[in-house]
Amino acid sequence: MSDGERAVTPAPAPANDGRAPAAPPVVEAAGIVKRFGPTVALNGARITIRPGETHALVGRNGAGKSTLVSVLTGLHAPDEGTVTFGGEPAPRLSERDAWRQRVACVYQKSTIIPTLTVAENLFLNRHHHGRGRLISWPGVRRRAQELLTTWSVDVDPQAPAGDLSVEQRQFVEIARALSFGARFIILDEPTAQLDAAAINRLFDRIRDLQRQGVTFLFISHHLQEVYEICDMVTVFRDARHIVTAPVAELPRTELVAAMTGEAAADRLEERASTLDAKATAALAVTGLNSEAFEDVTFRIGAGEIVGLAGAAGSGRTEVAETVVGLRAADGGGVEIAGRRPRPGSVPAALAAGAGFVPQDRHHQGFVPDMSIADNATLSVPKRLGKNGFLNRGRRDRLAEGMIEHLAIKTPGPDLPVSALSGGNQQKVVMARALADDPRLLVLINPTAGVDVRSKEFLLGKVEETAQTGTGVLIASDELDDLRMCDRVLVMFQGRVTTEIARGWHDHDLVAAMEGVDLNA
Amino acid sequence: MPETVLADTAAQAVEPKLKRTALLGGRIPLARLRDLALVPAIVVIAVVGQIVNPVFLQADNLINVLQTMSEMALLVLAQTMILIVKKMDLSLESTMGLAPGVAAWLVVPTGAGHGLGLLPGGWAIPVTLAVGVLVGVINSLLIIRFGLNGFIVTLGMLIVLRGILTGISGGQTFFQLPQSMLYPGTAEWFGMPASIWICLILFAAAIVVLGWTSFGRSLYAIGGNVDAAKAAGIRTDRVLWIVIVTGSVLAALAGLLLSGRLASVASAQGNGYIFTVFAAAVIGGISLNGGKGTMFGAFCGILLLFMIQNVLTLAGVPAQWIGALNGLIILVALAISRITGGKVQE
Repeated sequence: MSDGERAVTPAPAPANDGRAPAAPPVVEAAGIVKRFGPTVALNGARITIRPGETHALVGRNGAGKSTLVSVLTGLHAPDEGTVTFGGEPAPRLSERDAWRQRVACVYQKSTIIPTLTVAENLFLNRHHHGRGRLISWPGVRRRAQELLTTWSVDVDPQAPAGDLSVEQRQFVEIARALSFGARFIILDEPTAQLDAAAINRLFDRIRDLQRQGVTFLFISHHLQEVYEICDMVTVFRDARHIVTAPVAELPRTELVAAMTGEAAADRLEERASTLDAKATAALAVTGLNSEAFEDVTFRIGAGEIVGLAGAAGSGRTEVAETVVGLRAADGGGVEIAGRRPRPGSVPAALAAGAGFVPQDRHHQGFVPDMSIADNATLSVPKRLGKNGFLNRGRRDRLAEGMIEHLAIKTPGPDLPVSALSGGNQQKVVMARALADDPRLLVLINPTAGVDVRSKEFLLGKVEETAQTGTGVLIASDELDDLRMCDRVLVMFQGRVTTEIARGWHDHDLVAAMEGVDLNA
Repeated sequence: MPETVLADTAAQAVEPKLKRTALLGGRIPLARLRDLALVPAIVVIAVVGQIVNPVFLQADNLINVLQTMSEMALLVLAQTMILIVKKMDLSLESTMGLAPGVAAWLVVPTGAGHGLGLLPGGWAIPVTLAVGVLVGVINSLLIIRFGLNGFIVTLGMLIVLRGILTGISGGQTFFQLPQSMLYPGTAEWFGMPASIWICLILFAAAIVVLGWTSFGRSLYAIGGNVDAAKAAGIRTDRVLWIVIVTGSVLAALAGLLLSGRLASVASAQGNGYIFTVFAAAVIGGISLNGGKGTMFGAFCGILLLFMIQNVLTLAGVPAQWIGALNGLIILVALAISRITGGKVQE
């Protein structure tokens, strides 16, 4: 694989003359190691960004992109390695002003203050002071207007910042960064919350600013955006630098291969399909519509395992949550095992025969300080006793059965769930989903934050469940979760774009999730 | 998503927006007008009051209203600052009793009640303010330094401070206060009680500080998004310390004015005030979620509550019913500000 980096001579030339190779890189990080406790977030990572280029940083979740951003913006000090700006060493972490003059980041999470006006957000803590050392509001507004005009941002400086759209907010944050003197701006997944028209406007803006000498580091999950807007691309995988190359010289197949890694590429698992075509379909979704997705239609047969893949923001999670009633769709129908539960009602979906492992176990999965027994039986109070009273003995017997069935490592059913490891916590959530012998099992990111062995175990249980005739829907972007699926539906920007039968290569699936056509 | 601004359609896109957010040729943004939302209500109450009883708009009555509200208004001032930085301080009402209580305890000569007579009378005011500083420092230490929950910390302090006052006073009232303690609550400056002047001057100063200084704006930044405030280089912890300690000192000052006016410190001084204080702040447009509202709005809130009380008294409503009506007024005022503000209050 071609390594497109050129040798860099660290000559302290002050000039900023376009892309002449002699100019020092705007930013250079070398040998960066960053550990958070036992996890190594960056392991000898490096990146070199030259003046005036738009540099893409891509990698799958957990590749170390966010950690690199926090090192480059001075939020974290690297454990090892150096960061230089224009050939000079980075300032100390405490010198916020010095950092702000060199680099700015537009995060996915807003750093503006919604209750204040745009003008005040721009000049926070450096207001224009008039006579008597009081803030001159006309002065602040005038300077804000000037700043917004200079960078052609069409936003009313007196509007409350909370009223801005995501797009306007990004423009305001970029303008603010530029006003500090920074000419190197990191955009952390700027397109994630934008629609197509807004993305185009953002790209026009980036090209404009690029012409005016601003350098960008562009982080995105959407590879076609990288090809559209970026000059150079750096790929990170497993906390390491994999490759840096001009975008034009790196074909899509190679880029995807660099992201997924060759080693894992052809690991396929064989599994006999347990689909029972004659039985009632476990799930039939027809023409489902909402803000997050459009016209989603699919069926899951009894005993079939179907994957729902897609990048963050593709709508896969929303579809799965709509199926189990956590959200109500704007239109379309959900039929679980031949019954139509009332839309937007979790109890109705559960009654129809759905079992559910939610996206974030800490948030929606369990009540941490309640016991395993209580958590595992939370969704089936009717089986625990009559008239709303709980029979503790029956609850504990039920829970002990589950603990054995799912091999949860615990001294007994009374232990609070918070005392378990991540993998065992997820088993409790899974136990609850299986508590009522569901006809349909819906799993969202079922193995997130779970160790390898628990992961295999959980996925094995899913297969076992499918063998009993239960339909399974796995909404995930984790390839390992999707490998055993009979087929995988890929969502991209709210639509099901591709259906891939079992036996896919990682390349194909990742490309489909990123919305890239490998044959193009 | 409210789409705006493709470069070439910018002019049309911005035009209607300006009209929505500003009046008078763009000089007064609507956000400012929201601060004035209570002014019409105040005018209406004034008119109603005048119809109910012609005494209402006479200078003596108005001064009476302002003076009775001046002490609580200072608590509102303190609480408003604290709410804007997204904290809350319940213990203000106890500080209001304890601070002058400790001063009276140390100053009032033995023989008369529970006084110790340890210090000469001139020390009363410094001691009062020092107690305010001390309470503020303890609160800040627990909330900011040790990261304890502000609501529970100040609830605990409310109970502790009230208990200390009951302890040192033996549950009784301190009389025979020294002249220096009586002065702020009884003196007249330019024909108006000093406490009204103090209250108005402090509010004016607070309006200027919160509206026109970097320090004041940092309060809003911290309340609105503390991470963004830190990223903008604001030393958030230091600002929080200053706000909480200043709040307690203001409460001590309020206690001093009340003790002076009543020429005594009751062991229950300030008891139950905090609820009205919160109500006035919220009615005045201060968000319990921080970062929102102005000092002027808060002043209007407390003024409105006291004017309504005064009108009710003048209308001859039996004193036994004033409490129930007060609560009702707070609920109605909240409902009105929910309708005019248009946002869910949390």
